[in-house]
Amino acid sequence: MEFSGVKRRKPWLIGDQRKASYPHSLQFYLQPPSENISLIEFENLAIDRLKLLKSVENLGVSYVKGTELYQSKLEAEIRRLKFSYRESLEDEYEPRRKDHISHFILRLAYCQSEDLRRWFIQQEMDLLRFRFSILPKDKIQSFLQDSHLHFEAISEEEKNLREQEIIASSTSLGGPKLELEYVYKIPFADALDLFRGRKVYLENGFAYVPLKDIVAIILNEFRAKLSKALALSTKSFPPCMRQLHKALRENHHLRHGGRMQYGLFLKGIGLTLEQALQFWKQEFIKGKMDPDKFDKGYSYNIRHSFGKEGKRTDYTPFSCLKIILTNPPSQGDYHGCPFRHSDPELLKQKLQSYKITPGGISQILDLVKGTHYQVACQKYFEMTHNVDDCGFSLNHPNQFFVESQRVLNGGKDIKKESIPPETPQPKQSAQKTKNASSALASLNSSLEMDMEGLEDYFSE
Amino acid sequence: MEPFDPAELPELLKLYYRRLFPYAQYYRWLNYGGVVKNYFQHREFSFTLKDDIYIRYQSFNNQSDLEKEMQKMNPYKIDIGAVYSHRPNQHNTVKLGAFQAQEKELVFDIDMTDYDDVRRCCSSADICSKCWTLMTMAIRIIDRALKEDFGFKHRLWVYSGRRGVHCWVCDESVRKLSSAVRSGIVEYLSLVKGGQDVKKKVHLSENVHPFVRKSISIIKKYFEGYALVGQDILENKESWDKILALVPENILSQDHFYVSLQYNEKGDHFNFQKHHSSLQRWEYLKKAASQCPSNIKNEKCGPWLEWEIMLQYCFPRLDINVSKGINHLLKSPFSVHPKTGRISVPIDLQKVDQFDPFAVPTISSICHELDAIFTSEAEKEENQAESDIKHRTRDYKKTSLAPYVKVFEQFLENLDKSRKGELLKKSDLQKDF
Repeated sequence: MEFSGVKRRKPWLIGDQRKASYPHSLQFYLQPPSENISLIEFENLAIDRLKLLKSVENLGVSYVKGTELYQSKLEAEIRRLKFSYRESLEDEYEPRRKDHISHFILRLAYCQSEDLRRWFIQQEMDLLRFRFSILPKDKIQSFLQDSHLHFEAISEEEKNLREQEIIASSTSLGGPKLELEYVYKIPFADALDLFRGRKVYLENGFAYVPLKDIVAIILNEFRAKLSKALALSTKSFPPCMRQLHKALRENHHLRHGGRMQYGLFLKGIGLTLEQALQFWKQEFIKGKMDPDKFDKGYSYNIRHSFGKEGKRTDYTPFSCLKIILTNPPSQGDYHGCPFRHSDPELLKQKLQSYKITPGGISQILDLVKGTHYQVACQKYFEMTHNVDDCGFSLNHPNQFFVESQRVLNGGKDIKKESIPPETPQPKQSAQKTKNASSALASLNSSLEMDMEGLEDYFSE
Repeated sequence: MEPFDPAELPELLKLYYRRLFPYAQYYRWLNYGGVVKNYFQHREFSFTLKDDIYIRYQSFNNQSDLEKEMQKMNPYKIDIGAVYSHRPNQHNTVKLGAFQAQEKELVFDIDMTDYDDVRRCCSSADICSKCWTLMTMAIRIIDRALKEDFGFKHRLWVYSGRRGVHCWVCDESVRKLSSAVRSGIVEYLSLVKGGQDVKKKVHLSENVHPFVRKSISIIKKYFEGYALVGQDILENKESWDKILALVPENILSQDHFYVSLQYNEKGDHFNFQKHHSSLQRWEYLKKAASQCPSNIKNEKCGPWLEWEIMLQYCFPRLDINVSKGINHLLKSPFSVHPKTGRISVPIDLQKVDQFDPFAVPTISSICHELDAIFTSEAEKEENQAESDIKHRTRDYKKTSLAPYVKVFEQFLENLDKSRKGELLKKSDLQKDF
């Protein structure tokens, strides 16, 4: 009997750490994953989540959402695919981790078009709504806190003071049973759909929202954040990477030059090796590649570019100059700089599909004619991010991504006034550019890599 | 009070803008402490000049600039718009799509014309002391909600100059509210729905929201005096038929109700005839409407019908279009109404029941007052120029405009206090010393 204690000692230690990283059976996916996972398992993870989301879609069509039948079928499906759904005594770490990572893989995959985004968001919302509905009431507060949602449940005293008003306001409450309900206090503007129809009690700028109504608010928050994240994913990719991404989707296979360029770019924007690998894997599997061949062949390449194999050189992602000058793409390739390597007519079409104004397109084409490829790309940045001056001198795809994230995440100092300013704003952004480019410069300083070894390995 | 002649406006306005308009206080308001750079400089003003010439996208560098322009242009009307991303008077130099309205006060416009279906004394642009109570009730109901439900602290109520009132909510967070939230606030404050073709405009559910309940309490304080006595809404068959039209058919046709209001040979409602005043008839109507016969199921028994009638006759009617747009232009406080000559003066919330729109100074009256003072003082002064300058800064104080400027100053004091409080909080957090 004592042995059972001994047997469990090791797992317990890890268990505590594991519990801490995923404290709940559901989450808002606020942070991308950053740890190691087995590759073969990964291919399955992405496919499993896709299966799950498709089930969510089908069940939502066949049954009325929220009914017992719908709930039990959905729960069975989640359990079958081994995703997390319910707080229980068993070790929930694996299913929760699986849930987390697979969500992020699919984000990258589904950000590309409006239709894909809409579908993805709809299924993820239905899934979250279900999980929330089966969360035990006493776990809700800690879940909200951990998700950084500022919804405070009010105390019994506060509830009693306002009992009549809250009951009179909320149609979701079925009579004078307020003691059983949690009531949350949130800023009124966060409860727009509730207060506009006078479906909630307002006092001094706060809405007193019973639990049932909080769910609707939370789901709206989730949808808004996810929508934004998906849109940003596409927008922040520079054209050279965007066309690779697109080509990848369409062809599920890239020739060597493209893989190198893209792999290094993903590294630059902070995807860890494992994430990069899982992304590559996902893409190639779609093109019906043999997973073993992937592990042996392409993953070697990526590991190499991350410095984990061979010479253990940490390859820095390609700079614009390098992409423009070396390794020009040929037929069937998708790498290179589109401003340098694309046919002007095709480039024009592409820019139109990215919704650039005719005025902007002609400016870009003029710059391309004058061989100012990087400035053309800067112009593209300005048009797609709606700024007068991008505020930096472009020399690296990763820089494009970083600057894009800064503008999109509210870096208002990037925008300048077109009028002679009384304010020193132009100086400020020049300062920022300096810092950004010096960081990148140090990245680029570990210079030329000897690519010959790799070239040979991959010549087919 | 000196009678107002619109033909004299050009001369009157000249004097008004030179000697009476409270520029310092006005600038103090719209500058909001100078905390945000260029907040005043990016504000849109619009001027309506003589002969209806309308100029938008006016903006000014500072108080002195504003003063000079107003004195030069002599606008008949001044409207205030939003704070934009760039100086409005340079909006043509800005790249297409980049010139955006960013912030503005939350505003409300309550217009007496919207009550024409429920007031018997006046219609259209006319107002009288009897129907002005509608505005009093509106201010009380809306202001209470803005303050107690939404937590808004800086609310300026202004007489529009002819037939209504405006409200400017100036809290910092409120100026940043989106159009969607502004619309939501108007929706929350709306109860009377439907146009001319809709007879019954208020429908209450079984659950009465605290906002509605509190609004009804306010209306109750005024209903007898305003509706039953002043408007005399149950005076005669013609008027009480309108009220009975609001009683749902199924209640109207109930035995007990019908019996109570049975017709005599002449076709008049017998019991209504019996009672001699609107007051008595109202009491009677309330009782009849709230009686719960045992054989009728699923009927609203109780005071709902009574409340619906009161609300339809007294509850404020807001124009959503004025409030929801961030770039919407609204008449400026201390602007002159070209038709009535009245100044758009702030209303003292402490004395809202005593506010009399007919006692509001007109531009002619205050100019006349100024002339009178000036002539008598100038007789004492030897140096004309000296007295001119000395008087300029304090001129409005010598006229009937003074108490209204005082109300405005109190409002500004509160804004200042709030601002200082916020800055202190922020510096405490940052531990600035």
